[in-house]
Amino acid sequence: MSSHHPAPGVDPRQLQSLVDRHADLPGALLPMLHAIQDEFGHVPEQAVPVIAKGLNLSRAEVHGVITFYHHFRSHAPGRHVVQVCRAEACQAVGAVALEAHAKRCLGIDFHETTADGAVTLEAVYCLGNCAVGPSLRVDDDIVGRVTPERFDSIVAELRAEVSA
Amino acid sequence: MSTRIYVPIDSTALSLGAEKVAKAIAAEAAKRGIAIELVRNGSRGAFFLEPMVEVQTPAGRMAYGPVQPQDVAALFDAGFITGGQHALSLGLTDDIPYLKNQERLTSARIGITDPLSLDDYITHGGYVGLVAAFAMSGADIVKEVTDSGLRGRGGAAFPTGIKWNTVLGASADQKYIVCNADEGDSGTFSDRMIMEGDPYVLIEGMTIAGIAVGATQGYIYLRSEYPHAFATLKEAIRRARAAGWLGQDVRGSGKAFELEVRLGAGAYICGEETSLLESLEGKRGIVRFKPPLPALQGLFGKPTVINNVISLASVPIILAKGGAFYRDYGMGRSRGTLPFQLAGNIKRGGLVEKAFGLTMNELLYDFGGGTLSGRPVRAVQVGGPLGAYVPASQFDLPLDYEEYAKNGAMIGHGGIVVFDDTVDMAHMARYAMEFCAVESCGKCTPCRIGSTRGVEVIDRIVANENRGKNIALLQSLCDTMLNGSLCALGGMAPYPVLSALNHFPEDFGVDKTEAA
Repeated sequence: MSSHHPAPGVDPRQLQSLVDRHADLPGALLPMLHAIQDEFGHVPEQAVPVIAKGLNLSRAEVHGVITFYHHFRSHAPGRHVVQVCRAEACQAVGAVALEAHAKRCLGIDFHETTADGAVTLEAVYCLGNCAVGPSLRVDDDIVGRVTPERFDSIVAELRAEVSA
Repeated sequence: MSTRIYVPIDSTALSLGAEKVAKAIAAEAAKRGIAIELVRNGSRGAFFLEPMVEVQTPAGRMAYGPVQPQDVAALFDAGFITGGQHALSLGLTDDIPYLKNQERLTSARIGITDPLSLDDYITHGGYVGLVAAFAMSGADIVKEVTDSGLRGRGGAAFPTGIKWNTVLGASADQKYIVCNADEGDSGTFSDRMIMEGDPYVLIEGMTIAGIAVGATQGYIYLRSEYPHAFATLKEAIRRARAAGWLGQDVRGSGKAFELEVRLGAGAYICGEETSLLESLEGKRGIVRFKPPLPALQGLFGKPTVINNVISLASVPIILAKGGAFYRDYGMGRSRGTLPFQLAGNIKRGGLVEKAFGLTMNELLYDFGGGTLSGRPVRAVQVGGPLGAYVPASQFDLPLDYEEYAKNGAMIGHGGIVVFDDTVDMAHMARYAMEFCAVESCGKCTPCRIGSTRGVEVIDRIVANENRGKNIALLQSLCDTMLNGSLCALGGMAPYPVLSALNHFPEDFGVDKTEAA
């Protein structure tokens, strides 16, 4: 539960420097988008024309790439991103029930953020943790054998971090 | 002298608490004034025993597991530092039947070494293959790989040597080696284990491929769902470069090979090779028409070898021991070994590398111990989300590419997802169509539209709306997708759907006798 996404607020100079730093790589767009999302927690709308100019692409092309990939998001997520695996191996050991529990307990659907801004819930299709499902990814940590009770204690921990 | 203790750093071990166990061991040892050397190894792949702690003793490595942080003090009390007995004792690691009965060629070092230690890698036989390749011509290297019978382990099972030969024969100012590490199939984790547990074997395999075909630049396209593998690969590449195993003049051979790891962005379709190349070029992962083959016009339009992680990681041992050594494992046209992955509802899940030719029953029961729930196995899905559901009546088939294909199934990447008798196969069929709809790149109509229509038709079958007619419609739709799709996503999504319908018609509300 390591990575904390900084509060929204994008420094244009920082954005420009990320674009400049990656512009000369062959096939630069994905590494550039990763760098921007790692820095700002999402790929902000105002990044699109800057990237387009830096790579000599149309804004439509950049927008097309951002929206094609599930990983890139255009809006700032909550302080933590929790992904629930929906794939077959996790389904074989209760992922459908876990997904329902997660949505109920957080009061949100996939791609939504809790009202307190603590957690964004997402679906993921396989974390490669298939022998010990159901699995979650919590920021950059993978968690296996997740029961509904375990899910509740993970969420409680994430929420407690803020007040601490 | 300090005792060496191993606590895995593999994602699955970490997902079960290995980090806390490692910290607890370090703290307890410090408290007791015992000198230890903590090594973070890969996982042996017996995931049901993770977190599995090993202690180096004069008799060999002794294993304990699954260990939780609260067990650590008791382990010290029991003298586990010298191999003492405890309720979690598993004996000598090498004697654990699950591990002992495997035939590990590609995954031989995983769990044994410190993944990032080049010294460990070389001590355990690493870089022997590359050094042998330095003395060979490109054509001879390709011949060795061809003679080994190695076929693409990503799923398509195309002969690796033939692919390499096409790139070798192409003339261009630049050629590329691309590793497909977009391991998106549910039930598979062998690529991840290689990258996290023995990254240098992949780096060595790619370097050999580069030298063989005359490519000087390699890319590993890694899925973004594998953050630990990403960190390990980046560090391994840095260390290999610092030690001269990558660079403009690899170990003084006069050959250049550079390598970079690139992160995908959560698109299953990018495991399809042409879509992966588009993505590497910085575009949407839209499937390309073939021809031209990537071997002739691949990355940035240049001749490109694109292989799966396991294919490339199998190359070093082939070069080190010869093609014939590898070919002696296996059956029929399926030569060598495959790291199978036991997943889903299975008691003893994990990595089982065996020569082709064993049966599903051996994997499920001798290794896997049956289901985790203790209920009967009803179906297994083999080869990922596009693989067929195999019923118990076919568990005696030998695991061989051709035998499985003859029975309407595929081995694919060797992932085996087990379901017990509580599974609803109509739900799984619907999920296969839903997954295809979510992940379709959208280029061809059968996949883009067919998958959405497929979900709707299955819903109508389950709701008993004109069931007979809708079953005929589903079969016809599957036929269109099978024959009319541009790539394997739309072209194979019908396999799980039709196999579920054919083998388990009762779940769709169809009388079994009537369906036959």
